[in-house]
Amino acid sequence: SSWWSHVEMGPPDPILGVTEAYKRDTNSKKMNLGVGAYRDDNGKPYVLNCVRKAEAMIASKKMDKEYLPIAGLAEFTRASAELALGENSEAFKSGRYVTVQGISGTGSLRIGANFLQRFFKASRDVYLPKPSWGNHTPIFRDAGMQLQAYRYYDPKTCSLDFSGAMDDISKIPEKSIILLHACAHNPTGVDPRQEQWKELAAVVKKRNLLVYFDMAYQGFASGDINRDAWAVRHFIEQGINIVLSQSFAKNMGLYGERAGAFTVICSDADEAKRVESQLKILIRPMYSNPPMNGARIASMILNTPDLRKEWLTEVKGMADRIISMRTQLVSNLKKEGSSHNWQHITDQIGMFCFTGLKPEQVERLMKEFSIYMTKDGRISVAGVSSGNVGYLAHAIHQVTK
Amino acid sequence: MAASIFAAVPRAPPVAVFKLTADFREDGDSRKVNLGVGAYRTDEGQPWVLPVVKKVEQMIANDNSLNHEYLPILGLPEFRANASRIALGDDSPAIKENRVGGVQSLGGTGALRIGAEFLRRWYNGNNNTATPIYVSAPSWENHNSVFMDAGFKDIRTYHYWDAAKRGLDLQGLLNDMENAPEFSIFILHACAHNPTGTDPTPEQWKQIAAVMKRRNLFPFFDSAYQGFASGSLDKDAWAVRYFVSEGFELFCAQSFSKNFGLYNERVGNLTVVGKDADNVQRVLSQMEKIVRTTWSNPPSQGARIVATTLSSPQLFDEWYGNVKTMADRVLLMRSELRSRLEALGTPGTWNHITEQIGMFSFTGLNPKQVEYMVKEKHIYLMASGRINMCGLTTKNLDYVAKSIHEAVTKIQ
Repeated sequence: SSWWSHVEMGPPDPILGVTEAYKRDTNSKKMNLGVGAYRDDNGKPYVLNCVRKAEAMIASKKMDKEYLPIAGLAEFTRASAELALGENSEAFKSGRYVTVQGISGTGSLRIGANFLQRFFKASRDVYLPKPSWGNHTPIFRDAGMQLQAYRYYDPKTCSLDFSGAMDDISKIPEKSIILLHACAHNPTGVDPRQEQWKELAAVVKKRNLLVYFDMAYQGFASGDINRDAWAVRHFIEQGINIVLSQSFAKNMGLYGERAGAFTVICSDADEAKRVESQLKILIRPMYSNPPMNGARIASMILNTPDLRKEWLTEVKGMADRIISMRTQLVSNLKKEGSSHNWQHITDQIGMFCFTGLKPEQVERLMKEFSIYMTKDGRISVAGVSSGNVGYLAHAIHQVTK
Repeated sequence: MAASIFAAVPRAPPVAVFKLTADFREDGDSRKVNLGVGAYRTDEGQPWVLPVVKKVEQMIANDNSLNHEYLPILGLPEFRANASRIALGDDSPAIKENRVGGVQSLGGTGALRIGAEFLRRWYNGNNNTATPIYVSAPSWENHNSVFMDAGFKDIRTYHYWDAAKRGLDLQGLLNDMENAPEFSIFILHACAHNPTGTDPTPEQWKQIAAVMKRRNLFPFFDSAYQGFASGSLDKDAWAVRYFVSEGFELFCAQSFSKNFGLYNERVGNLTVVGKDADNVQRVLSQMEKIVRTTWSNPPSQGARIVATTLSSPQLFDEWYGNVKTMADRVLLMRSELRSRLEALGTPGTWNHITEQIGMFSFTGLNPKQVEYMVKEKHIYLMASGRINMCGLTTKNLDYVAKSIHEAVTKIQ
């Protein structure tokens, strides 16, 4: 008999499971609106030109493959911090921060979660927006934290339930942890406006909450890296010492290279050193030290002026295409004769759109039209192209009329 | 401003082996030698990117059909299959019977951690943090932390190194296994034991397996040096394959850091051998859940290099040649160091230098002698007396041998 007889079959990952079902489908019109990876207007993965150039430069340097330090590639972590905080940030210039390289967004979130579990003794509670990225909950849970929620998305309007959020947050017990999506909220695409961010910062400060920002789409949301980092920077300027997870999967198309970073804003540089030493103690028994390739590419891009300029243009290009698809989807739905209000599709931002479709409608889209999305009605707009936006509008109209 | 929530965070001590390298770097003495960190060095004391790796990286760079998309959660399928095949052998009955699975991981450490997390959740009951974990005395110091951070509360040592006879304490090891609670987990070094370089012989492995079978102990192999130890992939995998042939279900954490020289690409694989395909499938499905909250999916570059190399007969042969180059240089340094110490008449016996295998040697130097080596001779080695043979070169052999001689004769 086996040690593993009692091991249950794990449920398929809801997000990645969508892609698997899509792959099995033989319908030529099939659309994969599941996993959040950018596609060009031909529906193909897009390797950024600046990435190709960086790769060529790296290859020509003929570097060795020696272990990185536990905290990662220094040029990368410094550049990541500067990208998020802004070069004029007092926190950045004073060195009162620590940034460690993480395994893309997930790995960075997990390091942070483990760090808080070990050193944030005031609370075990992490407050997530309702809804949040599906993987947030198991990440924090596996790190030993407890999950709570605050109102965020209003399904009636398909937009932000701002008063609900403020109401809930104002009641969160002091010194709890609150997670905020810096931009391009996943899965809803609903972001607070700047005036709303200001109020959120004020209430969070009043409640003395530890703020954990998840920024996986800087540049990718609006096309402007400074605009997308506005909330993060505002909070820090208000004296809120945040912790932050960054991913370069989407904004640099480095998905499989796992480039990410975790940052703690500290009181001073000495505290930052102490925090860094403890982060290393957490990382070493997880995977010893991080992978070089993605960090090296990202670092080359961020630190080489020409490449950085090119990157900014390319990331704006991706954001613009997404925005254009949103616009076309809405106009096509109107053309189909849909009487519903689809404004939220263009109000929302980033890779994802919470269509407002119900599970039964999602099921029909899958079965009758071979259009795949997650059960919550979330579509990855990146999977929409000028070639299939008409088909998508048609199908959505069919299941909602 | 309110006092920081992190005001009380103490400064953690640095990881010893990296501190050693840091100190070495700062040392201005021209005679300095780094015998610390476990990475291969050429006879010029330089890191070595394997020629086959350079070739394959060029192939990958030239292949415009490749992109940077996410790998599946469990990793690149061609990598996982080839990696497990390397560990278990082309003719492995377990592979033929479809009862082997792989989880691509971030280096050997990542494979150990995913395996540990799985065992804590699913082995010997559900979420049984009390299952004893046995780590060899001594072992790679990170083993303890991996299992501790995975949630295990009872981490013990088993006898391994006999300092007096400078060899394996087999009897102590077997006694510990006899007395271990049933179902305990034992971390076994597949070959080239770190830090002692002392491996059980095949006959001794057979005795170990017999006790483990009788006592229902779980074998978790750590295989970080396959090929690198003896120059032969099969020889270095003998123990793992023997256990499989004896019907054990086991885990084997594989690292391709050393044998492919891919240190910073973080290429590893957790090979799972189960009783049958159904069990392995369910295990892998739960591994996915663990991976998803740790790193979501693994890095692509290193796995591509290894998969491409292992699946091409020609590239495989080239790789094997590169591995043998490394193993042979280590063997040469061992014999050269030993012969110099014996020629100098350095007190003690030095046959252990050539009898030990792999990257490391437990010299037998005590902490005071090590301190002398570091401070007076600018030769950096671990406080345990562990040296990395790769740090030796034809240029520094004489200096190192003389320094060891001094340390042993001057300091007791």
